[in-house]
Amino acid sequence: MSYTGVMRPGHTCLRVLEMEPSLTHYVERLGMIKTGEDDQGRVYLKAWDEHDCFSIVLREADEPGMDFMGFKVHSTADLDRFEVAIREYGIDVERMPAGELKGCGHRIRFVIPSGHPIELYAEKDHAGNGLGYLNPDPWPEGLKGMQVNRFDHCLLYGPNIPDVVDFFVNVLGFALTERVLDPDSNMTGAFLSCSNKAHDIAFIQYPEPSKFHHASFLLNTWEEILHAADIMGMHNISIDIGPTRHGITRGRTIYFFDPSGNRNEVFCGDYTWYPDREPITWTAEELGKAIFYHDRKLNENFLTVVT
Amino acid sequence: MSDEIEQARRFEITISDSGDSFLCKEGQNVLLAMERLGRKGIPVGCRGGGCGICRVQVLDDGKYRTTKMSRAQVSEEDERNGIALACKLIPEGDLQIRPLGFLRNKLN
Ligand code: FES
Ligand SMILES: [Fe+2]
Repeated sequence: MSYTGVMRPGHTCLRVLEMEPSLTHYVERLGMIKTGEDDQGRVYLKAWDEHDCFSIVLREADEPGMDFMGFKVHSTADLDRFEVAIREYGIDVERMPAGELKGCGHRIRFVIPSGHPIELYAEKDHAGNGLGYLNPDPWPEGLKGMQVNRFDHCLLYGPNIPDVVDFFVNVLGFALTERVLDPDSNMTGAFLSCSNKAHDIAFIQYPEPSKFHHASFLLNTWEEILHAADIMGMHNISIDIGPTRHGITRGRTIYFFDPSGNRNEVFCGDYTWYPDREPITWTAEELGKAIFYHDRKLNENFLTVVT
Repeated sequence: MSDEIEQARRFEITISDSGDSFLCKEGQNVLLAMERLGRKGIPVGCRGGGCGICRVQVLDDGKYRTTKMSRAQVSEEDERNGIALACKLIPEGDLQIRPLGFLRNKLN
């Protein structure tokens, strides 16, 4: 497919209670690479196979959760076009100047109907994946911990899911790949893709706005998920559930928490989405299976533990 | 290692509603102590002081300290009233506690 418009999740800024244990978690355990720090004390990280200079920003704060999530668009012309379209849709747009996030070009920020601040940007400094672009090796030596490949997606909790979907589909050009319907056919869960992936962002209905469920990182194989789980055992990382399988997106997964209680996921193996596919629907009575395919029961923590 | 095991002080944590109790090693948080012993009574969530599921009230002037907790879950006033997150609650004596948090973040 030819990419235009929104290309991929580019970054998310997570609030952490204490920076030092958080860096141990994201750098030593997940295997991300620290690429910078700014005068506000925010720390910038990238996963090894990302080419831009950061994907996770950590900010020390009094409460954990997500400050914002940003998507990279294909060109500055796209960025300008989206700015107009979002305003026309009736959502305010704030301009964040280039350099406000270190190494990132100018961003536009807006609050979606679930209460989450979302950003778009077109430019970010290049860092490379350490392998170069001429006859590269398949992977770099010296990676740590779980060796996550990239920041992949977020699941966010908040109200007004149908409005969120309308905005992502009709303004930002995402496709709805999977959805959850309650017995009255209200959409209570939505999985959205701007790419070939089964999801780039997902939402689940929740009364409180702007809640964070998890940030997910890509691994290659089921064996690597087990290896990640071993690292969690070794270092007493708080595991939520897994390794197991999601019905939704078919991902193989393990959920765990960072030291501030922000949920992380490492996963592998969802399917390839194409825009001519029909979205998948999950009904409320099969929701347990949709979320955790083996357990097949509604998981209280999945539905209520958020930051 | 065995010296450590011998010497570590242990405090008795009693869940007020059920009267159920378990021991918590000095320096360990109450939620972890409960889980390690396979006990129940306090709901377990993130174990990181973020989600608020494990909120408890310490009764009768029990002695304890806490490590950093989410302000969204425990306000300064809550703290003055003996409210804490069990995953960040380190006893400094025997404690009577009452779980509070489970219904707070529920759907609907
Ligand atoms: S379990 Fe989440 S705050 Fe204690
Ligand atoms: Fe996920």
